[in-house]
Amino acid sequence: MHELGIVFHIIDALDTVAKENDLSAIQSVTIQLGEVSTVIAEYLVDCWNWAVKKRPLLKECRMEVETLPAVTHCETCGRDYGTVAHGRVCPHCGSEKTYLLTGSEINIKEIAAC
Amino acid sequence: MEEVRVLEIKQSVFANNEAQANRLRQALKEKGIYLLNLMSSPGSGKTTTLTRVAERLRDSLRIGVMEADIDSDVDARAMAAAGVKTIQLHTGGMCHLDAAMTRQGLDGLEPDSLDLVVLENVGNLVCPAEFDTGAVKNAMILSVPEGHDKPLKYPLMFQVCDVVLINKIDVLAYFDFDMQACAEYIHMRNPNAQIFPISAKTGEGIEAFTDWLQTEIRQWKGESV
Repeated sequence: MHELGIVFHIIDALDTVAKENDLSAIQSVTIQLGEVSTVIAEYLVDCWNWAVKKRPLLKECRMEVETLPAVTHCETCGRDYGTVAHGRVCPHCGSEKTYLLTGSEINIKEIAAC
Repeated sequence: MEEVRVLEIKQSVFANNEAQANRLRQALKEKGIYLLNLMSSPGSGKTTTLTRVAERLRDSLRIGVMEADIDSDVDARAMAAAGVKTIQLHTGGMCHLDAAMTRQGLDGLEPDSLDLVVLENVGNLVCPAEFDTGAVKNAMILSVPEGHDKPLKYPLMFQVCDVVLINKIDVLAYFDFDMQACAEYIHMRNPNAQIFPISAKTGEGIEAFTDWLQTEIRQWKGESV
């Protein structure tokens, strides 16, 4: 369900880019998904393929997904660690005073178009 | 055939929504309308709490409610029965509201004659937290039977909320709900979150929340507090 909403936001953003750059068709779009973005890449691509069918600008547009690693910073010991493996508790010192540095992104990186 | 070229976009998917949300907030500020985004899991007591709030405030404030649901108009009918101007939004399967949908709903509600509009978001602790609706403040209801560990399980929801209402305190005796631990977990996610323990059923604690809300609305309208 969530993925479909994201797809509509991507479509809106690409409509704007197409207007600004006078594009007639977009062949591919590359999305960067953070590891802890709560978006599932396979669902996103399924929703994308369904949603673009009726849009002349996007009907041939392939979605490619790149993963961005999730990294958490510990305020207590100052070190960084992989969020997926260790969660919110720092594996170095056991502190819970941690915050996410990267990994929640959902970005449109680039498109190929003519 | 035309040559295919690569364009760098480098834009968050949420950038457009955030811009729309900021525009909506600005428009609301100019009109002196306070929009509160109310989130929670299904069954936590959003509609009952709003009914209580409306009872307390309807003599001093003009209130409107937008009920967002995937389907049905059960909640909208309950609010209309409480004498509140209500509009039902159907998200058509979507799990959250974004700024554009909120704006559409507001247009339908004709808010110019209102002081306070509450957006009752889709019952869900995950997706609604990701989308800025354009509201002035975010509030969420956590009910006692859900357990005090919810801030650990749904961190983003508690991070984005300015206010947490802990509802159903009338049944505290029957659950292993640790109020102090819950407050600690909430403040781990957001040190500035205001917490109000309430019972929408008995009315306990509602006044403290409506006092807070009235102060907020006066500040938003630029009146002296």
